[in-house]
Amino acid sequence: MMDRIAALGRGGLDVISSFGRSGRFLVGVLAGIPRPATGFPLLLRQLYFVGVLSLAIVVVSGLFIGMVLGLQGYTILSDYGSEAAIGQMIALTLVRELGPVVTALLFAGRAGSALTAEIGLMKATEQLSSMEMMGVDPLRRVIAPRLWAGFIAMPVLAIIFSVVGIWGGMLVGVDWLGVFEGAFWGNMQSSVDFVDDVLNGVIKSVVFGFVCAWIAVYQGYDCVPTSAGISSATTKTVVYSSLAVLGLDFVLTAVMFGDF
Amino acid sequence: MESSAYITLKDVVFSRAGRRIFDGVTLDIPKGKITAIMGPSGTGKTTLLRLIGGQLRPDSGQVSVDGHNVPALKRKDLYRLREKMGMLFQSGALFTDLSVYENVAFPLRVHTKLPEDMIRDIVLMKLEAVGLRGARKLMPSELSGGMTRRVALARSIALDPELIMYDEPFAGQDPIAMGVLVKLIRDLNSSMGLTSVLVSHDVPESLSICHYACILADGKVIGEGTPEELRQHPSDRVQQFLNGQPDGPVPFHYPASDAAADFGVTGGAL
Amino acid sequence: MAQRTTEVIVGLFMIAGLAALLFLALQVSGLSPKSAGDRYTLYANFNDTGGLAPRGKVSMAGVTIGAIESIELDTETFQARVVLAIDAGIDNIPADSAAVIRTSGLLGDQYIDISVGGDLESLSPGDTFYSTQSAMNLERLISNFASGR
Ligand SMILES: Nc1ncnc2c1ncn2[C@@H]1O[C@H](COP(=O)(O)OP(=O)(O)OP(=O)(O)O)[C@@H](O)[C@H]1O
Ligand SMILES: [Mg+2]
Repeated sequence: MMDRIAALGRGGLDVISSFGRSGRFLVGVLAGIPRPATGFPLLLRQLYFVGVLSLAIVVVSGLFIGMVLGLQGYTILSDYGSEAAIGQMIALTLVRELGPVVTALLFAGRAGSALTAEIGLMKATEQLSSMEMMGVDPLRRVIAPRLWAGFIAMPVLAIIFSVVGIWGGMLVGVDWLGVFEGAFWGNMQSSVDFVDDVLNGVIKSVVFGFVCAWIAVYQGYDCVPTSAGISSATTKTVVYSSLAVLGLDFVLTAVMFGDF
Repeated sequence: MESSAYITLKDVVFSRAGRRIFDGVTLDIPKGKITAIMGPSGTGKTTLLRLIGGQLRPDSGQVSVDGHNVPALKRKDLYRLREKMGMLFQSGALFTDLSVYENVAFPLRVHTKLPEDMIRDIVLMKLEAVGLRGARKLMPSELSGGMTRRVALARSIALDPELIMYDEPFAGQDPIAMGVLVKLIRDLNSSMGLTSVLVSHDVPESLSICHYACILADGKVIGEGTPEELRQHPSDRVQQFLNGQPDGPVPFHYPASDAAADFGVTGGAL
Repeated sequence: MAQRTTEVIVGLFMIAGLAALLFLALQVSGLSPKSAGDRYTLYANFNDTGGLAPRGKVSMAGVTIGAIESIELDTETFQARVVLAIDAGIDNIPADSAAVIRTSGLLGDQYIDISVGGDLESLSPGDTFYSTQSAMNLERLISNFASGR
């Protein structure tokens, strides 16, 4: 019994200390002014790996999700004879929720896990140590560009996801099921507000991008430098990022769209 | 020689995962000389180098390099001090996403503003010194273990540091490469007045180039002096290590419980 | 990969993101650069606004001509005072026109429809609609019907 309580206490302390460490880690990464001359090419390279290479999965998923929304929306709305509202439904769902959230989940699986594994392996092979011994801070040289790249790439990906999804919904709704195109766009335009819906969605994805990238690089940097350690860190990245995204999404939705 | 110590360790105590690795190590490493650090595997030679480099902090005691108290240095000063140090890691630790050429150029690009053609000259010169000028386009994954270490050596001397620490540079080298490395280490020291710390198991090679050697065991310095003094050292343990005898006061085994208990009682669990 | 290629590809990626954002702004949320600034304000007082909400549309003969800016309570008359932002192009609404709250479809959003009057004078910015018709309240309608009034 006492052992159980002690184990619980130890677990709690571990969690708190890992929050503390990751916070201190973040300060270390963001502290200091990045020098544009050296920092920019590094950032660019990471944007390529983190952003451009995630584009394919984001576009394909966006297309399918948009098409499914079109189908489902049509079956539900046509019962009420208001299938013209399908445009509004697809756009609002994508822009407010699915765009940021699904992109973040895909990002965690595609780019986050890769970041963790890469950094973990650099740690295991002493590349980070040797960088330190050369008088180069790996937090700034290795970690910071990756963190920023995730932060910048996520909203871009989420916006592209939403647009592709809307297009997919239009393919199904208008071209296939025959909803009148004017009504499709007209309903959408009258109900979607740029600031309240689109920009709030973008803000969500900015937050998610930051959190996902932070979790990914921290898990890599903090991992036990062995094969097993790296694999468990990679798993943790995906699990923690997904949970964080879904939890934060609730909070952000309540703040942005809740009426209270 | 005491007057010109470049690195001083005083009563350093350090434990890791509850095990005391150093239990009061006191050591002076003279400036401009080659100092060999020897000792059984797992006694903490690599750990010692990391303490000197400031990557680890001692539990108590002092580590000072070139007059700076390393554990007390601020981050910025520590990084500045490290620019004067080169360290060859046991595993090489090359950056796997950069070619051999870029690996050696890395410290130059970060710490200097030299024009590209000058960087090229320096890199090729350093690679030539380790006999790998022809391998400059290869990626680290295409190198053998011994080549990796030589590239890493070229990288650690790229900036012409004041202090260089070699963690087992001879491991995995063929006799020719070994001869070249021994000569290189000696030349670097004599031509540029580098302070060198050499961690190695190769007793004959190490004793042949070092000016000064010390033997670590059981968390303490058990013997130190010039190679000549060490060969004449009265301690059994020093003699056992130098001559590589399996039986003697220095245990070959990592500390363990009684062998009979481990083997006998469980009765062939594997 | 060559630095240059990476630069170009990442540049294209960012441009694709910006283009997508532009699409969301113009095509999806119907933000059009011209209509944003030039609107003028009219007021309308209602006894009951029902489910009318800010950002709802204002239409005339079914064509959207503006939006509801805000709804607040006039504490003297205890009526709802609705602020309408009307496109500047529509500057000849007859002065005796009525603002009517309608529902799109049976259960859809409520909006304000302006039923056109015949006056030769037109409303000018800042004017208030003379006649209005409040929201049709389904519940009240049913209870009136049930109690036989
Ligand atoms: N990360 C760590 N956590 C806990 N203990 C460690 C860690 N790294 C090393 N040790 C312990 O510290 C001791 C010294 O390790 P170190 O790597 O310094 O040995 P070494 O003298 O360099 O050995 P070798 O000659 O085999 O390279 C070892 O006994 C090892 O068990
Ligand atoms: Mg070692």
